[in-house]
Amino acid sequence: MTAPDWDQQMRSRLARGEESALGELYDQLAPLVHGLAWRILGDEAAAAQLTREVFGHLWEHPEEFDPELRSLRSWVGELTRRHAVERLRRADLGEAEIDDRTADAQVQYVVAALPLPLRETLETTWLDGRTYQETARRLGISEQATKQRLRLGLQLLASALDSGS
Amino acid sequence: MRTEQEHEVLRGLLGAWALQACLPEEGAELERHLADCPDCAEEGERLRRAAARLRADDPLDQPDGLRQQVLDFCLTRRAADRPLAPWAAPYAAETAKLDALLRDLGPAEWQEVAELPWHGGVPRRRPAEVLCHLAAVDGLLAQALGLPDPVPDGAPRVPAQGGDRAEPADPFRELLDRTDRLTRAQAGATPAAVRALWRAQTQAVLREIGPAAAEAPVDYGFARFAVRDAFIDRAFETWIHGDDVARAVDYPYAVPAPPHLRQMVDLAARMLPGALAGRRRHAYTGPAPSAGAARTLRLVIEGPANGEWLIPLDGPPPTGTVRADEATADEGTRDEAMRDPVAELVIDGVEFCQLAAAHRDPAHLPVGEYGDREAIRELLAAVPLLSRP
Repeated sequence: MTAPDWDQQMRSRLARGEESALGELYDQLAPLVHGLAWRILGDEAAAAQLTREVFGHLWEHPEEFDPELRSLRSWVGELTRRHAVERLRRADLGEAEIDDRTADAQVQYVVAALPLPLRETLETTWLDGRTYQETARRLGISEQATKQRLRLGLQLLASALDSGS
Repeated sequence: MRTEQEHEVLRGLLGAWALQACLPEEGAELERHLADCPDCAEEGERLRRAAARLRADDPLDQPDGLRQQVLDFCLTRRAADRPLAPWAAPYAAETAKLDALLRDLGPAEWQEVAELPWHGGVPRRRPAEVLCHLAAVDGLLAQALGLPDPVPDGAPRVPAQGGDRAEPADPFRELLDRTDRLTRAQAGATPAAVRALWRAQTQAVLREIGPAAAEAPVDYGFARFAVRDAFIDRAFETWIHGDDVARAVDYPYAVPAPPHLRQMVDLAARMLPGALAGRRRHAYTGPAPSAGAARTLRLVIEGPANGEWLIPLDGPPPTGTVRADEATADEGTRDEAMRDPVAELVIDGVEFCQLAAAHRDPAHLPVGEYGDREAIRELLAAVPLLSRP
């Protein structure tokens, strides 16, 4: 199943109230949500609480997600960041401090929102310190395609960071 | 002066270069080019700044129990219109837990060899082969639900020479055959692909089940299970083999949530009379069951999954194993069912499950025993017989 199909189906299944879909959604996205929450809030209990909130929101309002506009990953990443920032504001943190805390998380969220082929190529290369040739072999794609994906992935990342999204 | 084509080739390398992911000679050539080409130099600098912001997305360990906590929280905010059957919940949780472990495995860890003891031996498999084994047996459940079988068809079985095989057929042959066929078919696949195949099937069966499927039969070759029991059985196997893999790569691995563990203990308790009978048939030990003298043993499970079960020792009675605590609703039934067990065995729920998986030595288990010691020995010896390859 392609990613957009999965997103579309997940939305319908959540709307129908399928508990198995909720579990699947959690398994797919909890590392992103919990990771972002932990990174921004820097506190395990608060991160767990935020994870509950975000999934609670998704489960109650699946119709808010529009698969025509963006991927579920990117929407959930942004939702998490928004909830986390609100939480920091309620705790009376200054905007400068909030920007500081969200800066690293922002990269993570932007990477998470990249189209899967770009994200996969970027992560396979960067995280494990591979050469692009090794990445190409590992992913079973051409070296040319690998170079293109790495360049495009970094270009998108650079633009997103410049525009502060 | 470089040609336009050479410029394009070097420009294409900028992403890999910014990530320090090209060969040294390629990097050196590109850097010579950057000195002469302001366009490439500008893009290179920009990509490098972006790359420097990347952080290892170290998959943070999710605290144990967070999954259940989050799902419970969601379900109190909005009840499920299509709830997951309680007997499918352990499978959903255990497959998710194993998948989370697999997500953390590095290339070297996928090459480690796990030991998967059962009462007939200790097969050794790499994590991807463990997944083939799990997927091959899960495939029986998938078929019962009308889903495709992941296991390719085998060659037709060649009858033994002269057709006079004296030894009884190996009851687990079908399971082993299926495991072998899927393992061979996936031998060239990457661990990620095998993980995806296993995971997709676990999710498909969870999507597929409805209350109507609960009693449909699943044929394991050596026995038939109702779908509801097969789900608990598969959850149990997924936990035990996940734990086998975790041991091989030296990662911690949580035990099942108490309500799930309890369902696993219950299934094992219900299967015990059959295992006891099988043991007696094979070893010709113990008294033959005589009508009217059916002994029972009270199994007391301690720990988070605590509960009590009455196990018939002399063959399955018409009613099978009685869950003692379930009978408490009706005092009359309770009194009758609890009458005169010949012995009582007290054991921790996790230890009992590990014993049922033949991962413990019955002679060296911390247990509390009261009453007929012989009956207790008999039961403890039978529990590991529930294990399978």
